[in-house]
Amino acid sequence: MVEITIRKRPRTDAVVTQRKFFKKTARGKVIKVIRERYLRNDVSCGIEHCGLCESGSEATLPASGAFDHELYPNGHLIVPDTNVFLSQMDLMESNSFNPHIVLLQTVMEEVRHRSLPLFNRLKGLVKAEDKNIWVFYNEYRSETAVIREEEETPNDRNDRGIRKATAWYNEHLSLARPPIRGKLQPPLPTAILLTDDVANRQKAEKDRIPCISIRRYVEGMKKSGLLLDLLSTAGEEIEPTKAVAARQVLYPAYLPMSTLLAGVKAGQLHQGHFNANQYNYLEGNVPAPAFSKPVLLVGREHMNRAVQGDIVAVEIFPESEWKAPADEVVDQEATLRNDDASDSEEEREDDEALAEQKLLAVEAAKRRAAERQPTGRVVGIIKRNWRSYVCHIDSTSLTSSNTTSLSQQTVFATPVSRLLPRIRLRTRQAPTLVGQKILVTIDRWLATSRYPEGHFVRALGKVETKEAEQESLLLEFDVPYRPFGKAILDCLPQQGDSWIVPPKSTTSPEWRDREDLRELLICSIDPPGCQDIDDALHARLLPNGNIEAGVHIADVSHFVLPDNPMDHEAAARGTTVYLVDKRIDMLPALLGTNLCSLRPHVERLAFSVIWELTPDAEIVNVRFTKSVIASKEAFTYEAAQLRKDDPNLNDDLTKGIRLLNSLAIKIKAARMAAGALNLASPEVKIQMDSPESSDPIDVEQKELLETNSLVEEFMLLANISVAKKIQETFPQTAVLRRHLPPPKTNFEKLQDILMKRKGMVLDVSSSGALAASLDKCLDPSEPAFNTLVRIMATRCMLSAEYFCSGSVSRDTFGHYGLASPIYTHFTSPIRRYADVLVHRQLSAAISYTTLHPSLHSKSHVERTLDVVNKRHRMAQMAGRASVEFFVGLALKARGEKQTVTEDAFVIRTFRNGLGVFVSKLGIEGLVMFKREIQFDADKYTITVPSDNGDTTISVFDKVTVRIEVEKDANTQRGKVKMTLVNPINSSAL
Amino acid sequence: MHDRALINVEVNIVPFSTGERRKRSRGDKRILELGSTIKSTFEPVVQTSLYPRSEIDIFVHVLQQDGGLLQASINASTLALISAGIPLHDFVCAVTGGVHSTAPMLDLTTLEENDIPHVTVAVMPKTKKVTLVTMETRLHVDRFGDIFKLACEAGQVIHKEMKRAVSERTQKLVTAMEMGPRVVPSADVGDRDAMIDDLNDY
Repeated sequence: MVEITIRKRPRTDAVVTQRKFFKKTARGKVIKVIRERYLRNDVSCGIEHCGLCESGSEATLPASGAFDHELYPNGHLIVPDTNVFLSQMDLMESNSFNPHIVLLQTVMEEVRHRSLPLFNRLKGLVKAEDKNIWVFYNEYRSETAVIREEEETPNDRNDRGIRKATAWYNEHLSLARPPIRGKLQPPLPTAILLTDDVANRQKAEKDRIPCISIRRYVEGMKKSGLLLDLLSTAGEEIEPTKAVAARQVLYPAYLPMSTLLAGVKAGQLHQGHFNANQYNYLEGNVPAPAFSKPVLLVGREHMNRAVQGDIVAVEIFPESEWKAPADEVVDQEATLRNDDASDSEEEREDDEALAEQKLLAVEAAKRRAAERQPTGRVVGIIKRNWRSYVCHIDSTSLTSSNTTSLSQQTVFATPVSRLLPRIRLRTRQAPTLVGQKILVTIDRWLATSRYPEGHFVRALGKVETKEAEQESLLLEFDVPYRPFGKAILDCLPQQGDSWIVPPKSTTSPEWRDREDLRELLICSIDPPGCQDIDDALHARLLPNGNIEAGVHIADVSHFVLPDNPMDHEAAARGTTVYLVDKRIDMLPALLGTNLCSLRPHVERLAFSVIWELTPDAEIVNVRFTKSVIASKEAFTYEAAQLRKDDPNLNDDLTKGIRLLNSLAIKIKAARMAAGALNLASPEVKIQMDSPESSDPIDVEQKELLETNSLVEEFMLLANISVAKKIQETFPQTAVLRRHLPPPKTNFEKLQDILMKRKGMVLDVSSSGALAASLDKCLDPSEPAFNTLVRIMATRCMLSAEYFCSGSVSRDTFGHYGLASPIYTHFTSPIRRYADVLVHRQLSAAISYTTLHPSLHSKSHVERTLDVVNKRHRMAQMAGRASVEFFVGLALKARGEKQTVTEDAFVIRTFRNGLGVFVSKLGIEGLVMFKREIQFDADKYTITVPSDNGDTTISVFDKVTVRIEVEKDANTQRGKVKMTLVNPINSSAL
Repeated sequence: MHDRALINVEVNIVPFSTGERRKRSRGDKRILELGSTIKSTFEPVVQTSLYPRSEIDIFVHVLQQDGGLLQASINASTLALISAGIPLHDFVCAVTGGVHSTAPMLDLTTLEENDIPHVTVAVMPKTKKVTLVTMETRLHVDRFGDIFKLACEAGQVIHKEMKRAVSERTQKLVTAMEMGPRVVPSADVGDRDAMIDDLNDY
């Protein structure tokens, strides 16, 4: 333990020991900072066996210096200045460059001031074992401390400090080894100032301080050939530290709101949601109704601080300036690796920004003129749609990674979603947040700041733990997942789970106007493990030869009454969200999985749709009724299929299923004939180890049985019948669902690819024509090809949406994918709120209840459906992301045993990579090439040159990829990384 | 307070004492807290029962600060009380201890206080009692023991320095009054001042 002493200084010393400087705060206030400097004489020089410095045991530099330089045969050590580290870091990091270096504190601080990422690299260098670097705290050693003189720039002061320290070292070396009599004095090593600053060298020579430029120094080294390549040319003319200028404006200012609204109204400006490009962070687009293609925004400046999801106003450039979208993958993290988070004081046009502009320029040259698209710039934001984003802390942006450090640091938070920019964040707990998922909210984005500024909300937990990932997923897709509150639970029946359908009587309110269907042979068919059974079916032969078929839906509206807390909550949640290992309910579990769930062998309230169908599946009539049912059996798809196919079973229930099946086949055929699409989406199933552990062990594709289609057909039929009924009764406010036909331009690219690559024609004139031409897209050698085309076609389409029948014109009611003129959702009220509304409307339509006033109001229905549409979309994305996460986990588990290689199809080609789709796992990935490759955009082909012949890869080609999950070192974000194995190995590229 | 004196502490921080000029109102909660901390530090040390029905005012004026505000205020108050001849049971020596990573440090500057966890300790060096421990940051419990011990040791060092200053000043006073022998002044200071008495032992 060091002895505690009180050090005192006369007042006259204050000039030397106090550092005084003026600082401008972010608000523009100028403050005077006076820092006490404690100068001491015991700061070690770091030279072994130094007679003058005390703590010689830690010293790392040999007393004799290094002898491997031809200019300095007597041994030497070098004292580099700041610019050496700023411009020649690659050289410094090289394994073969390891002279004895004295790193001055002045230099370290200046590097830190100029560039944090470089400072972090420098810190790593100091720690590296193969480097001989001694950090000398020259500012705290009384002999080497310098004070800034009047009229001296900070840069000059630092240079002077570095020269002084070098001179001191030379003197110190001679003093440390006084000549011993009778012994031959070994030659004294020299401390050499290493600098590329000519003025600095001249001054040093005047003071007789040995100095040398980097190039000359490296040239004199023994392994110079290798190292000279690493020398950066930029080093020669480095300008001194710039004076702190006024903050530069990086983005154009927004127009005032009134101008924006007037402009949009007049048609000069266009309004729309801003969509960022996930492959290229310097590009985004805004779909505008006035154009068939979305408006392209190229470059940071033209995107003007818009964030994914914002509603923006854009101005269109004249047509001569229109551009085509880029075909290159540009990664923000790679391009802006050296950007500095705490650069808030002066946002400079630094190297990174220049590199970015260069990139844009290069890209622009490569853009094809053929595919031009309206191009414009954001002139204002109509509405920000900022929320909290799940992020990781970028560990290279940290000033100090010391875990006890409580200092406020400015760091970058990288959002999980690739669509968002990095967020600048000020926090005192940065070191503890590294490696965690955190929630960050954007506060503002000033015109003077390259990145938006935000604040830390809370930590979600360690990266890659399931809890953190799951919560982050829910937050990322804005899924409300809090447990239900007391007010909501109070709306449930008081009996709780002992609630039963009361015995039949005319006085009981449950039995009022309800049909008793308890005797019917009703069964439900669902996926295995399904707890919220909301539909059940029956079919029987009628004496007249026709068939009676019935769909019975859980009577949720009996329990969820309009305008109470439970109803509000359900409307806000909109839908139940299904994640791989979790379900976030829309309704409290008591209803969803018990009272409303049409479980077998218990009596349940239902809402029934009963048809009379001819044996050819023509509808003779349909009626809707509230009912009481008792399901006889809850089948899984597989069990139902087995039962139907078993020739030994001939009971009435089995006959019923067969009857339903035969009808379903006919209904489907009729639907297909009318032009319904058979689309595909990559659906996979995660195999769990056991229900408890929820550790995925493998991924397999979902399998579709005949009974899946059976249930589907009857649900569609019920939905269509109900839609017709409620539209008739409430033409102004009926809750319907539609699927708009996609604009033809959406298909252009796919058509072009198909034409050029396979010579196939895709007819998109109507849904029927599309269905027919999709059927013809066959590759005999590749059965999966058809599915791939279907998946790609699905992506060209719009998504279906709920709407209020009075809000849109009658001719846009149609459902494109199902080729039905009218459609709604009626069959899953437990998990979809729209269905609850439809139930209420249908119940009023059959005069069972009166319609709640809110459902008479068009604006109220519209508002509710807007929320439901949004939630529905988010739930789908959350579900997909959850699958993706588990696929990642499964891959990781599989990857531990052996490398995972899978067949994949090329779906996109980029200038520097391939987009591939692995159908077996249902995931999409990027294969990036580091080396330049030939890219033929018109033929969707890339050519990889190699010694033994070029290899050509095109869209739709089948390739083999190796799939690995790797962690990004900075963000800790688990990334699926794909490398090509066949036809060529891309790992070397 | 019929049986003892009341201690009243008033703290005034001038706006120009810090780098950034900031006007603090009289009712500033930080300043009130500082005052009450000083008050409670001295309450067990000052022999208040000797002065029933009276008030002892301590005025702390901060003219310049760069960290260690509380410790400096306490140390200054100790010396001021001694200089005023108020009987104390013991000196009060305060010092701030902090920890950077695992290395303990003493007497932090503002820059350091903002960055690292720290604790202020006031000790009574002779009686080896601790009259104040205050901490506004989080500190790992494993580190606390080390720092606390170090701060107590530092209190002893400060005590020596204070005692030297007190005796020097007293000697000067005695010389100025031209009373008693010049070399050993203590006898004349008398037994009135318990504190100065103490000094004679050294």
